[in-house]
Amino acid sequence: MARDAVHLALDVHALETTLNAQGLRTIHVCSKATDRASYLLRPDFGRRLNEASRLQLQQLNTAPVDFLIVVGDGLSSLAIHRHAAPLIEAIHSIQPEHWSFGSIVIATQARVAIADEIAEILNARMVAMLIGERPGLSSPDSLGIYLTFNPNIRCNDADRNCISNIRAEGLSYSAAAKKLIWLAQEAARIQASGVMLKDESDHIELPVVNLELGG
Amino acid sequence: MVYQHSVGANTYKFKNLKDVMAKATPARSGDFLAGVAAETYAERMAARMCLAEIPLKMFLQDVLIPYESDEVTRLIIDSHNTQAFSRISHLTVGDFRNWLLLDTTDTACLMQVASGVTPEMAAAVSKLMRNQDLILVAKKCTVITAFRNTIGLSGHLSSRLQPNHPTDDARGIAASMLDGLLYGSGDAVIGINPATDSLPALMDLYCLVDEVINQYEIPTQSCILTHVTNQIQLIEKGAPVDLVFQSIAGTEAANKSFGIDIKLLEEARAAALSLRRGTVGNNVMYFETGQGSALSANASFGVDQQTCEARAYAVARHLSPLLTNTVVGFIGPEYLYDGKQIIRAGLEDHFCGKLLGLPIGCDVCYTNHAEADQDDMDTLMTLLASAGLTFLMGIPGADDIMLNYQTTSFHDTLYLRNLLGLKAAPEFEQWLKKMNIMDQQGRVQAITQQHPMLLKMPSHLLKQL
Repeated sequence: MARDAVHLALDVHALETTLNAQGLRTIHVCSKATDRASYLLRPDFGRRLNEASRLQLQQLNTAPVDFLIVVGDGLSSLAIHRHAAPLIEAIHSIQPEHWSFGSIVIATQARVAIADEIAEILNARMVAMLIGERPGLSSPDSLGIYLTFNPNIRCNDADRNCISNIRAEGLSYSAAAKKLIWLAQEAARIQASGVMLKDESDHIELPVVNLELGG
Repeated sequence: MVYQHSVGANTYKFKNLKDVMAKATPARSGDFLAGVAAETYAERMAARMCLAEIPLKMFLQDVLIPYESDEVTRLIIDSHNTQAFSRISHLTVGDFRNWLLLDTTDTACLMQVASGVTPEMAAAVSKLMRNQDLILVAKKCTVITAFRNTIGLSGHLSSRLQPNHPTDDARGIAASMLDGLLYGSGDAVIGINPATDSLPALMDLYCLVDEVINQYEIPTQSCILTHVTNQIQLIEKGAPVDLVFQSIAGTEAANKSFGIDIKLLEEARAAALSLRRGTVGNNVMYFETGQGSALSANASFGVDQQTCEARAYAVARHLSPLLTNTVVGFIGPEYLYDGKQIIRAGLEDHFCGKLLGLPIGCDVCYTNHAEADQDDMDTLMTLLASAGLTFLMGIPGADDIMLNYQTTSFHDTLYLRNLLGLKAAPEFEQWLKKMNIMDQQGRVQAITQQHPMLLKMPSHLLKQL
């Protein structure tokens, strides 16, 4: 299952249909990696938009957004098929009402850093990248979130906060959403994410037992 | 200096020393990705012939990454021990290989020269060595460190117990810990990769492992593998921190992408030392490294990934770690494509680490998007254990359910100890016998429900939530 999950293509149409039914607008973009083989061997391709997608986003000329969500296939489309839509629902249900979030961007053959470029073009103050994690033998469908404040193509991994292991046997949607919104609010307060931003969200959370209910 | 070599009518020219180094490297996907690899086998061999003729001294003059712009280069040059180097300073890289393989170049001799060898020299000579050379020379190197037990004695193989859990559930972690201890695993360290970065949750993990170590009076040490700044904060808040962990890389810019520099690591070490928690030694650091990390951070400056990796060992060496772990197949196929490349890299890293005087172990591992499987891991772990590997990982079923990769199991350590007649760290082995986990012949015992480990389990960890 783990080996198969690596090569399973993201069903963009099905995901768009589900998200649209949740009342969300979607945009589909592609990285410079043209297929799975080039995706696996050229991480630099997966981190950048291809020419057509870059132009497509630039031409949208959208208003700035507070909190952009990008969904990337990463190494497990299975994780996205199973968890992206309910997780986005959980995030939106608790995010501050005054935050604007614009459309959900779906990126294929994507690595984490492609969200920085997408967010920079779309003028987003923060971006949360929901991406399929590397599949493990008994965990082929794990989803991770990477949060970046003031995202731009010069960002590196030290600028991000990560929430990992979102799946049935791991972190639940509601616990992951709570953690993400807590981190995002803190990031907005200190105007930074990554190593500067320390997760103390468990101080304000109700019993830790909540984390173990699963999704 | 002009770097070139002629083969028949063809003369291969190399731009500079790092170009020779990169092109002499056995083929691997990360160097192709960086655009620094040899284009043909002939070019690769020419680069090796050229490299063999280069004096070791040249690596002190023609530094691969400028002294002015990189603190790792400054550390390497400023800490170079010229007296230790004097014994090999007249050699070329090719001569150095031959010298290393001499029977007369023994353990004592290698320990004497270690601080005179720079990472670039170690990486260079490894490129001229076959796998068997890397194994034989590493086997002759002995590096001994200590905290609550003694790691790295000849004839011993330690293991890191890695009881990771996808939500850091205390009972899940405790169950994996107990499982590992009952298989004789955990003498290198009980080291948890937490899923969370949350400071209160990390504090709970420190207390959990500390409680288990105290409850059973285990002569071993714990480590929570979170960012070094978290660990410093937690030490300030009174956490029972044994070893301080950090991922490190071989260039200043790559370390910056990890959110660290050498000064920060020095501060962390001082903080851990101030707790005085070691009983038989004071090696308080645990580092992880891996080929490809510098390139991944876009911070390799045209230096091949194996040489960048060896440079990370200079950073580690500076901080006298208890353990350094090359997590060889973790990074993925864009850096090490398949089992063959992972095996070669594991042997190179272990050789370079040992030659430089590091207590280096290996996370013998792969990810499911690489062209490798558990048979490749069997091969690599057997070769490394033959080469005198300091430690390897122990995980239930060799499947890390938090980090999502495939590594080595508790059984794998037992297999290697059995196959090659290796023992756990002496203090830990004594404890295993005292606890009736291992018999006097070193065989792991069957566990009944009345076993003292099960009876003494901290009660709150057994309760249903």
